[in-house]
Amino acid sequence: MYAQMVKSTGTGVKSREEMSPEEAAFQARIDAGEKIEPKDWMPEGYRKTLIRQIGQHAHSEIVGQLPEGNWITRAPTLERKAILLAKVQDEAGHGLYLYCAAETLGVSRDEMTEMLLDGRMKYSSIFNYPTLTWADMGAVGWLVDGAAIMNQVPLQRTSFGPYSRAMIRVCKEESFHQRQGFDIMMKMAKGNAQQKAMAQDALNRFWYPALMMFGPSDKDSVHSAQSMAWRIKMNTNDELRQKFVDQTVPQAEFLGLSVPDENLKWNEEKGGYDFSEPDWEEFFEVIKGNGPCNTDRLAARNKAWDDGAWVREGLMAHAEKKRARKMAAE
Amino acid sequence: MKTEWPLWEIFIRGQHGLSHRHVGSLHAPDAEMAIKNARDVYTRRNEGVSIWVVEAAAITASSPSDKGPMYEPSESKVYRHPSFYDIPDDVGAM
Ligand SMILES: [Fe+2]
Ligand SMILES: [Fe+2]
Repeated sequence: MYAQMVKSTGTGVKSREEMSPEEAAFQARIDAGEKIEPKDWMPEGYRKTLIRQIGQHAHSEIVGQLPEGNWITRAPTLERKAILLAKVQDEAGHGLYLYCAAETLGVSRDEMTEMLLDGRMKYSSIFNYPTLTWADMGAVGWLVDGAAIMNQVPLQRTSFGPYSRAMIRVCKEESFHQRQGFDIMMKMAKGNAQQKAMAQDALNRFWYPALMMFGPSDKDSVHSAQSMAWRIKMNTNDELRQKFVDQTVPQAEFLGLSVPDENLKWNEEKGGYDFSEPDWEEFFEVIKGNGPCNTDRLAARNKAWDDGAWVREGLMAHAEKKRARKMAAE
Repeated sequence: MKTEWPLWEIFIRGQHGLSHRHVGSLHAPDAEMAIKNARDVYTRRNEGVSIWVVEAAAITASSPSDKGPMYEPSESKVYRHPSFYDIPDDVGAM
């Protein structure tokens, strides 16, 4: 998802007997549906896993601005431009809400930024794919934000208070994102032959990368089992992927577009679609840094950080000078 | 040079005449910029009519381990609630 393959302690879920009294009391609070707040006692593994997960989620929101930012200056109308600008601005906000939630766990904003910039922390694989045409703005809103919503809605109930509150804000804003994307797709799909071909091409290119957003199957993963016990992960990757496919296929039919999967078939027995897995080899390559845009994305973030240094420093120096002057006057 | 801007806690009064409510935090070099940033980060959809910003370092919080001594004493004082008193129906609204 926006946080893919987050590693937890790696040791699996402890039984009640193996837990220290603090750990047992902590797990009991989670099982009772209580929220954990930053100053409460928590196992080191919970804290560390959450920093990784929320950090990855925040980085994805920030890097995720780049593929869409690419089209702001070339939006076909002033209205589309204003909408896309508002959408991308929301994503910046999502990144900020999430960074603040992670900071309550004792990591600083600069540390997280530096870990993104030098590759120690990851962001979602999806943002390493290029946005080649205007129709991609439709596909991204419809599929990428759609997949993000699948994951974020259950996370509103996550056990960590600041994360849960950030997710509630994010979810309030997300459905506009998906709708504006679908709106673009409707326009293109009902347009002339060339426009329809562009919409189909965008769906073809984004379908499998969108399925990858949920991460590889984790039904046997010790990390996921621990995260689910801690309620920082609410569903398995396969559950969410299935839900996404079941929701999206009828929408593609509505658009008159075809999902690029020969094996896609309604399975009456399970009450959902059978579908092809994405190419997981490709996914691991993208995660390793070898996707089509990894280099560009990190270069853009590094440039923004380096070019902005004088502004951050200048404003801080100015604020300190003002404070000193005020103190002297008092 | 390391210059992480300080953290500010943001409080916003919604449209409905309620108290300012904590909505989150952000980094800014000074209070003035914190208010400008809070407007962009927390009121993009008309969420508020007034913003307070407080430097996070200036906030003193109660500690979770004091929960017992702080709040338990009030649990036994049921007579502080109107439902403690049985008033006959004949008395009318009260
Ligand atoms: Fe977002
Ligand atoms: Fe979004």
